[in-house]
Parts: sequence; C-alpha cells; structure tokens
Amino acid sequence: MTTWLLRRLVQAVFVMLAMTVIVFVGVNVIGDPVEILISPDADQAERLRVIAAFGLDKPLWEQYLHFLGGVVQGDLGKSFVFNEPALRLIGGRFPATMELAFTAVALSVIVGIPLGLYAGLKPDGLLGRAIMAGSILGFSLPTFWVGLMLIMVFAVQLGWLPSTGRGTTAEFLGIQWSFLTRDGLAHMVMPATNLALGNIALVLRLTRAGVRENLGLEYVKFARAKGLSPSRVLFVHVMKNIMIPVVTVIGLEFGSVVAFAVVTESVFAWPGMGKLIIDSINVLDRPVIVAYLMMIVVLFVTINLLVDLMYTVLDPRVRLDGRE
Amino acid sequence: MREETPFRRFVSEFAASKVAVIGFVVVVIVALLALLAPLLAPQNPYDLAQLDIMDGRLAPGAKSLTGMVFWLGTDDQGRDMLSGIMYGLRISLSVGVGSAVIAGVVGSSLGLLAAYVGGWVETAIMRLVDLQLSFPAILVALMILAFLGKGVGNVMLALVIVEWARYARTARGAALVERRREYIEAAECLALPQWRVLFRHLLPNCMPPLIVIGTIQVARAITLEATLSFLGLGVPITEPSLGLLIANGYQYMLSGKYWISFYPGIALLVTIVAINLMGDQLRDVLNPRLQR
Amino acid sequence: MSGLTLEVRGLSTHFDTRAGTVRAVDGVSFSVRRGRVLGLVGESGSGKSVTGFSVIGLVDPPGRIAAGQILFKGTDLTKLREEELRRLRGNRIAMIFQDPMMTLNPVLRIDTQMMETVFAHTKVSRQEAWERSRDALGMVGIPSPEERLSSYPHQFSGGMRQRVAIAIALLHRPDLIVADEPTTALDVTIQAQILAEVQTLAREYGTALIWITHDLSVVAGLADEVAVMYAGRIVESGVVGEVLDRPLHPYTHGLIGSVPSRNKRGSKLRQIPGMTPSLVDLPKGCAFRTRCSHADAACAEDPPIIEPGPGRSLRCFHPQLESVA
Repeated sequence: MTTWLLRRLVQAVFVMLAMTVIVFVGVNVIGDPVEILISPDADQAERLRVIAAFGLDKPLWEQYLHFLGGVVQGDLGKSFVFNEPALRLIGGRFPATMELAFTAVALSVIVGIPLGLYAGLKPDGLLGRAIMAGSILGFSLPTFWVGLMLIMVFAVQLGWLPSTGRGTTAEFLGIQWSFLTRDGLAHMVMPATNLALGNIALVLRLTRAGVRENLGLEYVKFARAKGLSPSRVLFVHVMKNIMIPVVTVIGLEFGSVVAFAVVTESVFAWPGMGKLIIDSINVLDRPVIVAYLMMIVVLFVTINLLVDLMYTVLDPRVRLDGRE
Repeated sequence: MREETPFRRFVSEFAASKVAVIGFVVVVIVALLALLAPLLAPQNPYDLAQLDIMDGRLAPGAKSLTGMVFWLGTDDQGRDMLSGIMYGLRISLSVGVGSAVIAGVVGSSLGLLAAYVGGWVETAIMRLVDLQLSFPAILVALMILAFLGKGVGNVMLALVIVEWARYARTARGAALVERRREYIEAAECLALPQWRVLFRHLLPNCMPPLIVIGTIQVARAITLEATLSFLGLGVPITEPSLGLLIANGYQYMLSGKYWISFYPGIALLVTIVAINLMGDQLRDVLNPRLQR
Repeated sequence: MSGLTLEVRGLSTHFDTRAGTVRAVDGVSFSVRRGRVLGLVGESGSGKSVTGFSVIGLVDPPGRIAAGQILFKGTDLTKLREEELRRLRGNRIAMIFQDPMMTLNPVLRIDTQMMETVFAHTKVSRQEAWERSRDALGMVGIPSPEERLSSYPHQFSGGMRQRVAIAIALLHRPDLIVADEPTTALDVTIQAQILAEVQTLAREYGTALIWITHDLSVVAGLADEVAVMYAGRIVESGVVGEVLDRPLHPYTHGLIGSVPSRNKRGSKLRQIPGMTPSLVDLPKGCAFRTRCSHADAACAEDPPIIEPGPGRSLRCFHPQLESVA
C-alpha cells in the first residue's frame, strides 16, 4: 500500500513537471513575452532593460529553471490588468468556482442516482425510456446554449430566478459563500443546474447500467432468498456495488466540471476563476493564464490521486490485493 | 435480383433504423443549406450595402422597409437571421469537418504507426494520448488558444490537437487486431514495402471504427467551436459561426429579443443531434463485434 | 400433520416469452418429509432449478406459477402475498445456490451478510446476531469463525464460500432447504465433505432437504427418495434404492447407463441419443419419445401417471422391466 502510494506520488510529480514544461514552452516560445511585457512605444534602451530584468536574454533552460523556481515558491508574476500577484488573484476567485462545481456534482448525484435507479428497475416503462432519451439530450446539448435557454425561460420569460452574479454572499471561514443566503442560493440554481446537466446524464446512465447488471447477478437472488426486504436488497446490496464505478467516475469528472465552469461562469457572469481566465485570455494577461493552468493541473493530479485512493477504500478486492 | 454488394448491404442495414435515416436526411439538408447559402439565402448578411440599420432587431415575420420578409427576425445590424444562420452553418461545418478530417489523418497515421512499429515509438505516442485524454477537451483548447491567440486557423489547430488522440487510440486498437490476421502476414511474406503494407493493407481494414469515431468527432468539433466562439475565443467577428451568432444575441436576450440567439441555437442543436443519431447507427452497423 | 414438510401438487411454472410460452415446469408433484432428502435429478434445462425457485417463491417475470399448489406444512405458498413469503424465506425455507463464487455479495463483509439474515427475521441485539453467525460458521466446519466473520468473500476459497452460504441457510434452523446443485462447482473431495456435513445437519434438526442435481452418484449417496425430471415433468420417482436398481422409465435407464462405473471397466458408456427438446410450445405427448428406442404411436398422447409399486410413480407407456445392463 505504501509503495503503491509512493509510486503514484512520484508519477503525479512527473505529470506536473511535464505540464510546467508545456506551459512554459507555450507561453515563452510559441508566444512572444517581450511583446506583452513592453509597451510598443518604448525605445530600444527600455526594451533591453526589460529583457535583461526578466532574464529573457538568458538561455531557454535557464529561463525555465527560473520559471520553475517561481512555480515552486508560488510566484507566477503579477497580473498586467489588476497589478496583483496572479496566484492571489486566481486564489481569490477559487472559492466561487469550487462552490459552483461542488453544487453541480452534488446535484448530479442527487438527481442522477434516483433517476438511474428508476430507469434501471423499470427499463421498459414509459418513464424509464423517457429518462434515457432525456439523458441523450443531456450529453449532446451544448452547455452554453442550455444556459442561455435557462436564462430565457426562467429569468426573462417567467422572472423566477436571477440571471447573473453570485447574489448576496455571507462569510464563513473567512471566505464569501453564496449558499449561505437565500438570495445567493437563488443565484446558484441556474448555473449549478447548467453545469450539472452533462453529469446528471452520465451518473444516471451509469446507475441504470449498474442496476440492470447487478439485478441479474446471483448474489441478488441469494439476498432475496435470505428473506431480506426488497429495499435492503436494492439500497444496501445493489447500491454498494454500483457506487464503486459511480464514485470513480464522479471523482474523475470533477476536473471536467471545473473546466466547464469556464462556460457556465461566462453565461451567468459568475465571478469565478473561469470567468477570470476568459477575460485574461482576451486581454493576453499571461501571468494569470499561467497561474490558472498550473492551478488546474495541480487540481487534476490531486483528483486522480484521490479517486484512486477512494477506489481502494470502496472495493475490498482492490484494497487487499494492493496490500499484499 | 440485384447483386448483393457490401455497400448495398451496408445501406440496407443502416436504413433499418428510421431515426438514423432521418438524421442522415437532416445532415444532407443542413450541408446543402450551408453549401448553397450564397444562392439560397435571401440576402448576403456580410454585404453591408444590403443591410439597413433601421431594420435592426425586428421580430420574426417582420417586413423590411423594402418589403423583404425576415422570417427569423434580424440582429442589431439589421441582418436577416435566416441568411445569417445559413452563412454561419458554412463556417461551423467547414471548421468542424475540416478539423475532424485533419485530426483523423494525423491521429490515424500515428495510431497505425504505433501499432505497426511498436517499441518506444508506440510507448511515446500512447503516453501522449493518455495524457491528452486525461484533460477535458475544453481545457486543452483554451490552453492552445491562450498561447496562440484567436482566429479560424488557430481554432482549427486547437480542435485538431484536441481530437487527434481519440483517432490514434482507435486506429492503434483496430490495427493491433488486424495485424495478427493472415493477410498482413502474407503481404509481409511477399516483401512488400512497409508503407504499402501499412497504408494499402492495414489502413483500409481499420476504417470502420475510424469512420464511426469521425462522425461523432465532427459533432464534437462543431460543439466545441461554437463554445469557443461563444466565449469570444474562436472565429473573428468577420466570419461569424453559429456560436458567435448566439453570443451576439446574448445581450439582447435579457430584453426579450430572444430570436437573435434562439434560432442559431436551434440550427446548431439540430445539426449536432442529427450527426449523433447518424453516428449511433453507424456504430451499430460497422461494429464488427455486433455483426452476425 | 402427516410429517410432510412440503407437498407439491401439479405445479406448473411457465415463462411467457416472445417466441411462445415455455413450460419449464409442467404438472409436477412430489413431497418431502421431515429429516429426509429428496434428490431432484435431471439434465440442464429439465426444469429442476425452476422447480426449486418456485418452491421458495423466487420465480421472476416473465416466469409465473401457472397452476398447482405448494403446501408447506399445510399452507399453500402460491396463495401467500410477497411479504408473507419474504418472512418464510431464509427463515423457515432456505436455499443454497450453485456457484459459491457468485452467491455472496463481493463488497459486503461476511458478518454483515450473516447478521442481516438474522435481523431480517428476529429482533435480537447485534451481539446476539453476531454470536449466532459465529456459531453457524463453526457448525459448518469453518476454523476460527470469530476472525473469519470480518473477512470479505474473496478471501475464502470456493468450498469455504459454499460453507458460508450453507451456514447462512442454517441460521434460523429452517424446516426446508432447497439446494440447487450446491456442490457442482466444487472439487470432488470438498464435495464429499460438504455432502456428509449437510446430511448430518439435516438429520439432526429434522430439516427436509430438496437436493437438485444432475449427478446420480450424489443422489445415490445422499438422498432418501429421488425424482427424475425430463422436459418439465417428473417421469419417474420413488425410494432411491429401488429407482436406481430397477429403473422403469427408458430415460432413467439411459441416465444410469451413462454414469461411468467401476464394475464395468472397459465397456462403452452408453449415451442417450439426441438433444433435450425445446420447451417452447412443446407438443402434447411424451417429450422423450423422439430420443426413445421404445417409442411408438401411443407415445403421442400424454402418458398417465401410474404407480407401479408403493411410493413409486411413473409416466410411461412402456416401463422397462429388465435391469440395467
């Protein structure tokens, strides 16, 4: 178990290193940093001064090491637009995105699993088939368009829900949260639903497939032969088996949810880091872009590690084989 | 009695699903609308001489000062939305199909190469594929556009980089199965040149799964391009795809002028769903594991 | 009461499929007494397992019990509601399944799977449920049951898993156990051990046992009575010694003839020609006639059940009186 964890940690470090190379090459080789750092009307002396100050006259590998040193110390430069350390800027927007992403994941579980259970138990029923047809739409509809339609119907036509922003926030643990106020919750309903749609479809399909597969297995018949109630058979025996793939996939999808928050945050003007990165790309605020990318990479690697760990906790077969 | 050719059998199997046939018909209509837009569209929406700002933001069905009917309304510039959508489809489809084809060629070649050569080449290619696929497409695309900047060419490049990995994985999988077949062995025994074995013998037999992936990838590419354009990172304003049309209408939606965003969205939706329906049936027909 | 634990009368279990109605079990009657073992013998597809599932009330759609009575200690199980059946299952009637690798839930610990069976039928403390589970494991010969209780199924061998399943079946000292080929998937030595243990336990508690198998040698060693099934019907039944020594039905003859035997080393095994018929809309008449060397025009009608001797029954127009060669 320890060797396994160690090996995974080493792998994770290598992936992160690979990503720093990609990001560094992308920003400093493909793009031209001088152009961004220096105003066009600067004279030649000013140019050279800046180039020397930023170490752009040094060989590439030295520049990379310098960059890497900055990454390790959490120093990724200052935002050109906000004149603030890029990492602090991203960090300030981080909670809003996480709040939205966690709510979306929670929604996809709360909605997806019951729907999947129903569709799995009644695969030929009208409702069961309707759920499946709906899940296909959940996959193929473009996120941003669904977001627009939600705004059109619930904000413009019906006027039930606010369309943009986080609403009133309240402080908890030194951070502002929307879910603590009524107004904030109302602001969260549409963005969270929008972000959750794809994953609701995914979770419900996984759950349905799991129910269909497990109900046919002998252990279910044996559980019934023991005289267990139907609810215990379904919610303990079958669920425990289904949860293994569902939890794995939800964990792995969390990264995608954070990435897709870029779209949802833009549609609903949710002030998270996704909105920030789009604005930054549009004005070429590179330190912020780099900070965002590094943040996302760390997030992804951490998630993958956590999911693997969770998997071994959930499935006794993997857990013990790993230990031996 | 007509002769039973593989192609005829394919057609009849494909036609077994009514939904898939509808999908196919819709795809053909959409493609024709896009191709023939200059002939069919009521106006050229990018010829400023044909536009009148006085016709701006008219509701569907309204008439222009010159008596032309705007069936789907107009945008803020007084552009006929129907024409705008037809021209938008041109951009969306060409970017989607173009990137899917390029990614298909690049990805399949690398996948075949990996399967055929093996060794460290295979390891290197497949590691790259794994790394690439572990990040969501939107993120990879954002990253590339952040490095390169906007523009049609860069969007296509981003889409190709996002998509090639799936083709590579599929091609390698199919090629590994085909490699063990006797006809490859026979070709190698004849001492045919390697490129010939690879492209004339191996590739054609790996095509079915690649076609299936290709169909679905076109839909994915169109969606992704629309999303990027909506975010303002995709095609420039001079070449508006469906995604950009939707983005342009977004600000007017809050004031109830829904049509500027709504109809391009419907066009996008119909296109994507139709391609996916077609792809589903193709997968069933072309999947060798399902063949009786 | 007559000491009959179970009496099945004219049981028919049908499956409505798109291809037609499958009469998996078609007018089957048998009975089992307290402490006795009935061997239910037949090839795969003969309906013996479906008979077992019918008794315990676990026939899933599209299957249904179309006719007949299942009298368990005088109560007709076919008339009970699902909740009443559930209270009997695992409590008064238990079942053991064929493949021990598949019957235990892979992600639940053994103690969970045993204790939930206790809680399903009695209100006891966790401590008592745990003790009962431990005792049951000890009874089926699992060493150091205290420790094994907190294991997961995959940490057990196939034979051990089947013992766990048997221990679960024994938790409530049931009146009837339906065992569906429980030793088929096991090694021969383990099979023998388990057979001996089950037999002892059944005798001790007066449990009636229905042992479903395709293996005549198991029946010969274990059962008191035997019923031979073919294409959904019992074609012959009676006391084990009599049926195996003096089979009357041509099918039973064939079955016995196809068992390898020590006494006739070198002689060719006889096999029954042909295949079991499809049960979809099976035509009237003796289902075995297409494979039977004695069949004639009479066999196109349903053979009546005759009683050639005390406690014996037979469905055949042409009883074979000469002994098995």
